[in-house]
Amino acid sequence: MSEHIVSRYDEELNDVARRIAEMGGMAERLVDVAVGALIRVDTATAKTVIADDKKLDALQRECEERAIMIIARRQPMAMDLREVIAAQRIASDLERIGDLAKNIAKRVMALDGQLQSKRFNTGVEHMAQLSLAQLKDVLDAYATRDVDQAYEVWKRDEEIDAMYTSLFRELLTYMMEDPRNITFCTHLLFCAKNIERIGDHATNIAETVHYVVTGRVLAEDRPKQDESSTTAVVYQKN
Amino acid sequence: MTQTAMNTTGLAEKISIRNLKFFYGDSQALKTINLPLYEKKVTAFIGPSGCGKSTLLRVLNRMYDLYPRQHAEGEVIFDGQNVLDPNQDRNMLRARIGMVFQKPTPFPMSIYENIAFGIRLYENLSRSEMDGRVEAALTRGALWNEVKDKLHSSGLSLSGGQQQRLCIARTIAVKPEVVLFDEPCSALDPISTAKIEELIDELTTDYTIAIVTHNMQQAARVSDYTAFMYLGELIEFDETTKIFTSPSDKRTQDYITGRFG
Repeated sequence: MSEHIVSRYDEELNDVARRIAEMGGMAERLVDVAVGALIRVDTATAKTVIADDKKLDALQRECEERAIMIIARRQPMAMDLREVIAAQRIASDLERIGDLAKNIAKRVMALDGQLQSKRFNTGVEHMAQLSLAQLKDVLDAYATRDVDQAYEVWKRDEEIDAMYTSLFRELLTYMMEDPRNITFCTHLLFCAKNIERIGDHATNIAETVHYVVTGRVLAEDRPKQDESSTTAVVYQKN
Repeated sequence: MTQTAMNTTGLAEKISIRNLKFFYGDSQALKTINLPLYEKKVTAFIGPSGCGKSTLLRVLNRMYDLYPRQHAEGEVIFDGQNVLDPNQDRNMLRARIGMVFQKPTPFPMSIYENIAFGIRLYENLSRSEMDGRVEAALTRGALWNEVKDKLHSSGLSLSGGQQQRLCIARTIAVKPEVVLFDEPCSALDPISTAKIEELIDELTTDYTIAIVTHNMQQAARVSDYTAFMYLGELIEFDETTKIFTSPSDKRTQDYITGRFG
């Protein structure tokens, strides 16, 4: 895209885009570290996630202030307007992703010293890998304004939803097997829900990328596989 | 020209511009323009200086006839009649298609007479009927409250913004169907500008409006449809919301985002 007649305007837009890229990298790292801490029940690492989330929040506020300043001073039009609106939306999605990572980290504290088994973690770990891949892909799509890649991310979210539903069943089953599993599995279930919602934020970002590039809202219904709200596992007495 | 699928159901074309070309002597200022002006809607014309937007406006009520060596080709259909027809009654045409200019142009006479003057050309009213018409026009022009106690002072004693509203009141006093605005706010402060914009919103209940403006935000605020012109061509015509959020043509995008030239 050619440059604005007023070059300061370009600098201001680039500045917001740079901060979004920085936030994206930070959000990915927070999720990665939080899930690692969960798997190893590593409370020291979990604490760093809680502290680092504050930096992400601060970045989001900066992005927001700068976007508002651009709107007030430049009255952006057309693609510039879409860029500024998109930056605000993506910043708030990334900020929420940071909060979800922080919530996983907090649960690590609660799990310290609880009975656990390696087999409980496999599903959550797998889901986290998928969500992280989604997040990485959608941030790439934003950086390169690649609407096709964004669309792929958007469609792929149903895999995470399906995994979440099956994990939900699995964890309920462990709890029925032995009540001593309940604390660990319940926290794990919330962690899985957090990861599933991180995937949802990745699809929000995908929708925003689509809007920036095309000027149209992605209107079709996204395929959904999260059936946990209607899932029950029947307790069978022996 | 670029135009996306626009929903035009229920819209009547008050004026249809068809294959319009315009020449200043040998130089062509408009190149085959095709464009509707929808009834009781506001259509904004934007584009860099010299793109032909004011020229286009001047064709619509044959203002160009006042100057030698200027001529138009094509058709401007207004209620079934071609405005460009040589037999067109131009005085009647300009009463039905009024115009407001960039600089306020009150007549050097009283506020009352500024309004009454035009009405007298077309109608023979009693004193009290005329009083009523003057009040109605000034009220419609959002000026009545400010001038009702000094109707007989000179129109030139008013502020710039008031003078412009006086000109709008004068234009609508003769009950036109279409009002053309040629950069009506470019000589006004922001408060007067806001009053004119409020007035334009208000006028769309009865009139079809075309406005030429250099102020893009103004076009975005007041219009329902926007036409972007460049070098005598109509580049893009669409709903205003579409033009200012995601225009189809790159030249439109470059112009409205401040990337031109």
